[in-house]
Amino acid sequence: MTTHASRTADATARAAGAATRERLGSQPAGDRVRGLLFQIVVFSAALIAIAGLIALIVQAAAKGWPRLNSDLLTNQPSSQAEEGGFQSAIFGTLLIMAGVIVTVVPLGIGTAIYLEEFADNTRWYNRLIEVNIQNLAAVPSIVYGILGLGIIVRGPLNLGFVAYAGSLTLSLLVLPTVILACRETLRAVPSSIREAALALGATRWQTTRRQVLPAAIPGMVTGVILALSRAIGETAPLLLVGATVFVTFNPDGPFEGSYTALPVAIFNYVARPQEEFRILAAAGIIVLLGVLLVMNSFAIWLRNRYATRW
Amino acid sequence: MASRESAAGSPVAPVRRPLTAARPRYGEKVIIGLLGFCGLISVAVTVGIVAALVGPTIDFFEEVSLGEFLSTQEWAPTFSDPSFGVFNIVAGSLNVTLWAIVTGIPMGLGAAVYLSEYASERVRRIVKPTLEVLAGVPTVAFGFFALTFITPLIRDVWPAFLGDPPGIFSAGAAGIVLGLMVVPIVASISDDAMRAVPHALREGAYALGGTRMQVATRVVVPGALSGIVASFVLGISRAIGETMVVLIAAGNSPKLTLNPAESIQTMTAFIATTATGDVGFGTITYKTLFAVGALLFLITLAMNLLSIRLVRRYREIYE
Amino acid sequence: MNRASNDIISSAVRSAASTNPTPGSPVTTAHGASGEDILKRPVMFDIQDVTVSYNGVPAVRDIDFDVHDRTITALIGPSGCGKSTLIRCLNRTNDLIPSARVDGRVLFHEQDLYAAEVDAVEVRKRIGMVFQKPNPFPKSIYDNIAFGPRVIGRKGNLDDVVERALTRAALWDEVKDRLKTNAFGMSGGQQQRLCIARALATEPEVLLMDEPCSALDPISTARIEDLMIELKDDMSIVIVTHNMQQAARVSDMTAFFTVELDEGERNRTGRMVEYDATERVFTTPSDKRTEAYVTGKVG
Repeated sequence: MTTHASRTADATARAAGAATRERLGSQPAGDRVRGLLFQIVVFSAALIAIAGLIALIVQAAAKGWPRLNSDLLTNQPSSQAEEGGFQSAIFGTLLIMAGVIVTVVPLGIGTAIYLEEFADNTRWYNRLIEVNIQNLAAVPSIVYGILGLGIIVRGPLNLGFVAYAGSLTLSLLVLPTVILACRETLRAVPSSIREAALALGATRWQTTRRQVLPAAIPGMVTGVILALSRAIGETAPLLLVGATVFVTFNPDGPFEGSYTALPVAIFNYVARPQEEFRILAAAGIIVLLGVLLVMNSFAIWLRNRYATRW
Repeated sequence: MASRESAAGSPVAPVRRPLTAARPRYGEKVIIGLLGFCGLISVAVTVGIVAALVGPTIDFFEEVSLGEFLSTQEWAPTFSDPSFGVFNIVAGSLNVTLWAIVTGIPMGLGAAVYLSEYASERVRRIVKPTLEVLAGVPTVAFGFFALTFITPLIRDVWPAFLGDPPGIFSAGAAGIVLGLMVVPIVASISDDAMRAVPHALREGAYALGGTRMQVATRVVVPGALSGIVASFVLGISRAIGETMVVLIAAGNSPKLTLNPAESIQTMTAFIATTATGDVGFGTITYKTLFAVGALLFLITLAMNLLSIRLVRRYREIYE
Repeated sequence: MNRASNDIISSAVRSAASTNPTPGSPVTTAHGASGEDILKRPVMFDIQDVTVSYNGVPAVRDIDFDVHDRTITALIGPSGCGKSTLIRCLNRTNDLIPSARVDGRVLFHEQDLYAAEVDAVEVRKRIGMVFQKPNPFPKSIYDNIAFGPRVIGRKGNLDDVVERALTRAALWDEVKDRLKTNAFGMSGGQQQRLCIARALATEPEVLLMDEPCSALDPISTARIEDLMIELKDDMSIVIVTHNMQQAARVSDMTAFFTVELDEGERNRTGRMVEYDATERVFTTPSDKRTEAYVTGKVG
């Protein structure tokens, strides 16, 4: 038999239940709408960025497609758009990149090994080197061009406007990136490996050369290739160290003769108002992007295939 | 030297090696020296940059007063009656950078929030590398894009009430594309910073009844603030230092304006244009190049130091 | 004194000693040698008043004892009492930590390891070490073992060196058909035995083992303990262990360490409390602290 007390208790429970259902029910409409809008906004942000990238590639491809043939390779740049090509620029880029590899690989890997394996971090000069590298990574590329102009082309090194001046300038530009990437790969090697080698009576260099380096090399190669792909696309520093002359012949060598590079040649064509040159420039951009795609894919494939998994 | 006996009793050959090194390990020392020398190269580069800039800059200021340089006079250093008000080209850089900030930073931060808080693992695996690709596109390609796609686009959609549409060269077109270039920097670093916020913080907020938007904006972003702000500063620094995009799309006319529809000249464009022209070694034009370069270097260096300090000040230690 | 746990330990020691052909002889350990016998064996390490500090703060203080040849010496004690720090002094591994400083003398065959003219690399060629977590190189089993002899300067064919080391580590039969496969493919227990084989390949006179079984399952642990007892006939072994029963099972001599707060109650320093034949340490320890630890009251 229901009593007054139990009826009150029931009513209270029902009221509480109703209140809870109301609270736990759907959010207030305002909140939901705001949440949804926010989600759309951030999603759009990512979407627009990607759309921009796609637009860039598609537009260049569409524009340059008509001129994408072997003429680009066989013809020299010319003021006649129909005859224009990129041969001197492609040779120049290859020559410059060879110089960069030769310079940046020993310097970058050597510095990374020194900082990771041998340098005592409590010493001021080693900390100075580290801070230095971080700051250098943030310097605008054109300032490296100024460095090239003031010290490499003229000044103490006085190489003149030659291909190796371009190589050296670009090497200094990507050096901080290479060092940072190589340090990361060295750091990824667990210290237990070093301890084990040292405990067996190996010297520091033996440990580094025989155990740490072999394990780190795949990652280092990947890092170097990625840094090189950045160097290939750099234009501004090269403009300042001589790759500006409208060069219609292939470079003589790294230390003599005028030279140019692919991105510089593209820039030369872009700067002209005629539509035919714009098309040529777009074709050059496709070639450049294609080269970058191949390099980056190779680097990533290399890392996935050969990197030691700890 | 007692010989050691194995369990079977037969003697094992003594293997007593001396505890001192047979010879001082010169090979080791040479190698360490060589490696250390490599480390010095990086210092040499910095010294080189400063040295390259300092000499001609001092020479410059012997001919042109600091007051005139830092003034808003006309910027025409190559003319026969030269004038050296650098603010014209500083304004050009600021103009372009401003529009890069307006477009790139919200886009980059939004993309980062999406990647970190909303995207599923599958989507993330596609979107994040795509943004990295954006970072690898050469600047000359971005310049081309700005000139041949964005500029016509702006001219087409330019609303009439804003007056005449911009010409072939405009700060706005360059600024928008610079913003696109800055997106990967902001997105990548902010995303990393946000992912470093421990999941426990998010769970606590969700448990209190927070919505995804509230958790993202009130817990995660504040928690990752130092990294996010650092990414902004790095992105801005990149925009200020960029040359090719502005050279191709923003023009070469120094003007003291923040109007995106105008064609302007940035510091970097000035340096590039002047250096590729006829520059006699030691002339005032040559020195001007270095003076502007020094100014640019100082600005970006200051921003870099600022970003390092910001990170240090606001870093939340989660370990 | 907790009679129950004390009884458990002493009965463990005694049952192991039941293989002793002459019951009723004075204090014996599991392996037939008496405490007095051990002390007659040549001294490998004479540790004199060693104090190790990091950044000026002493981690372990005033350690003084001898390690004898053909003996297994166990260092036991609670966490943080400096056992690992001390063992790393014996092959100058502490050199790798810039803030570490070693005072006192560590005499190895009467030569101070920390003398100015002594080369740490040479020291480590004669004193081997096995670590807590197995750390094989990411190379083949063969190359793991061959690395030590190669850096020492042995050239030519190392097949017999590898076979001998693997046999001594009781691993040869398991891996002889796959010497060229990657060491990472082995189980944890096998990897640790590989690390032991690797250390043995350089024919060290002493093997230092820093909690070698703490990351392993009981079966692998038992195998390694058997291994230690076999190896003892050729060399001296110093083992740091958290596992008291393990110390009781394998070791001849035991050193018990403890942690003390210094006067300012700020820093914790490790000290050695007692060093004696294992049986005595576990059944009739001289110091109350030792007793408290081995009976499980503390630590």
